[in-house]
Amino acid sequence: MCIVETKIFKINEPVSLESGRELKEVEVAYETYGKLNEAGDNAILLLHALTGDAHAAGYHEGDAKPGWWNDMVGSGKAFDTDKYFVICSNMLGGCKGTTGPGSINPETGIEYGLTFPVITIEDVVKVQKKLIDFLGVKKLTAAGGSMGGMQALEWALTYKEMVSNVIVIASTPRLSAQSIAFNAVGRNAILSDPNFNNGNYYHGEKPEKGLAIARMVGHITYLCEEAMHEKFARRFQDKDSPNFNFDIDFEVESYLAHQGQTFVDRFDANSYLYITKAVDYFDIAKKYGSLEKAFENTNARYLVISFSSDWLFPSEQSKELVGALMRNKKDVSYCEIQSPCGHDAFLLEYETQTKIIRSFLWG
Amino acid sequence: MGLNYFIIQDMINSGMSVLDVGCGDGTLMKMLQEKEVQVTGIDINQDNTVKCLEKGLSVIQGDIDEGLHGYPDKSYDYVVLNQTLQSTEKPDYVIQEMLRVGKKVIISFPNFAYWKVRFYLLFHGRMPKSKALPFEWYNTPNIHLLTIKDFYNFAKEYKFKIEKKISMTDGKIRNSVFHNFFDNMFTEEVIFLCTKN
Repeated sequence: MCIVETKIFKINEPVSLESGRELKEVEVAYETYGKLNEAGDNAILLLHALTGDAHAAGYHEGDAKPGWWNDMVGSGKAFDTDKYFVICSNMLGGCKGTTGPGSINPETGIEYGLTFPVITIEDVVKVQKKLIDFLGVKKLTAAGGSMGGMQALEWALTYKEMVSNVIVIASTPRLSAQSIAFNAVGRNAILSDPNFNNGNYYHGEKPEKGLAIARMVGHITYLCEEAMHEKFARRFQDKDSPNFNFDIDFEVESYLAHQGQTFVDRFDANSYLYITKAVDYFDIAKKYGSLEKAFENTNARYLVISFSSDWLFPSEQSKELVGALMRNKKDVSYCEIQSPCGHDAFLLEYETQTKIIRSFLWG
Repeated sequence: MGLNYFIIQDMINSGMSVLDVGCGDGTLMKMLQEKEVQVTGIDINQDNTVKCLEKGLSVIQGDIDEGLHGYPDKSYDYVVLNQTLQSTEKPDYVIQEMLRVGKKVIISFPNFAYWKVRFYLLFHGRMPKSKALPFEWYNTPNIHLLTIKDFYNFAKEYKFKIEKKISMTDGKIRNSVFHNFFDNMFTEEVIFLCTKN
């Protein structure tokens, strides 16, 4: 795919949030690929994961790296732009062009910081809906991996009449205590960084150490033992023997340090706090009484995909979702892809996913 | 495609709901869907699930030996197990689960008491091979081979009712209403319709 650019859509009315608070001004960063047909029913809304952005596919002017799901989006790919109008937007609370804690609060003239309201997946989807209406979309497929899958589910439940297909990949209808625990460690690392300054760090030193540690913890959960062993085993970094000090010894340490370091250059610590919180709160069974009740009156076709080595959102959680859909006699298909890549597989195992998703969308 | 597919297609009326357990590439499901039967499949194999999706069918990738957890009692009009029983690890459990979830259950399998199979073993002294059983003993997925008589005994022991039996040999239906020695001897493949209240 060729050069693409991120556009901004401005919502011209206040957005009320699940917490009871409201945001006076919201801007949404988004990209589109392909063409919307006259009926407005060939749209696919891609929903990004925790630290993703609107740039799902193609290249930005001058960039060497394409968008985060470029393997899956384009002519002849899983989300085929010859047939579909593909949309991806940065989520509310993010830091990639959509309004978030790093944006300027119009009432004070300075960044929101921690005065930004706590958001939920419901709020995130509500903002996406305004973009979708603005683009003239009437019917859509909602598709996403990890946190993106939660948003896809939220779409199916909240905007039943608009959603014809739902594709939920490496996701869950609710986080386990273990997953919440990992997010809590990440948040604590940020909150206890001396530079955090109660979220007001936009004009000084940033809480880079805290954010880097949060990312390191996150990265461990995105891989799995097998993937880590495959990548690093117990090898030392650039040497054959230990340092006998607390510098980086092992390759895996070096890898995590690198992941942490590159992350702080592209992500805002406050956004990390808000977004992980939204993920922790997500629980459709609780919201609707039970998973069965949640899906009772939905009309979409569902495709659920999980990965055998994903221990962050394990297959059991996908199966629980599939079970609830089956008991509601919904049109649901489920595949568990054998992969050694852990949770990250949804970004890596594109060949099998392409076959499955194309068949589901075209079948 | 075997005669069993057409017979099963014929047995199930339009508008019914069907769970095809061990649905393979979805051939039977597609035939049922064309009849406007509401059909869902389960198969353990990834390539098979993709083939089902390509046919526009809904399919769940899963291991039927783990049972049909999450499927409520009597939630399908029919649960079908076509040519798969002999390759399950726990056929007794699988059948009980099918009888729990389906109002009616259709099971088909190759009859190991067919005279050609008996003769093969008798004269060759080796594990029988045929069109229906093309594998070697060491690589066969058919780990629980059985006969028509075995199935009747099993039904008695597990207290379910055999409503109907269709016997087939050489791609034709055999007119054998009764279950007897000759039927067990001259039937190559069999389809049972069972119920349990």
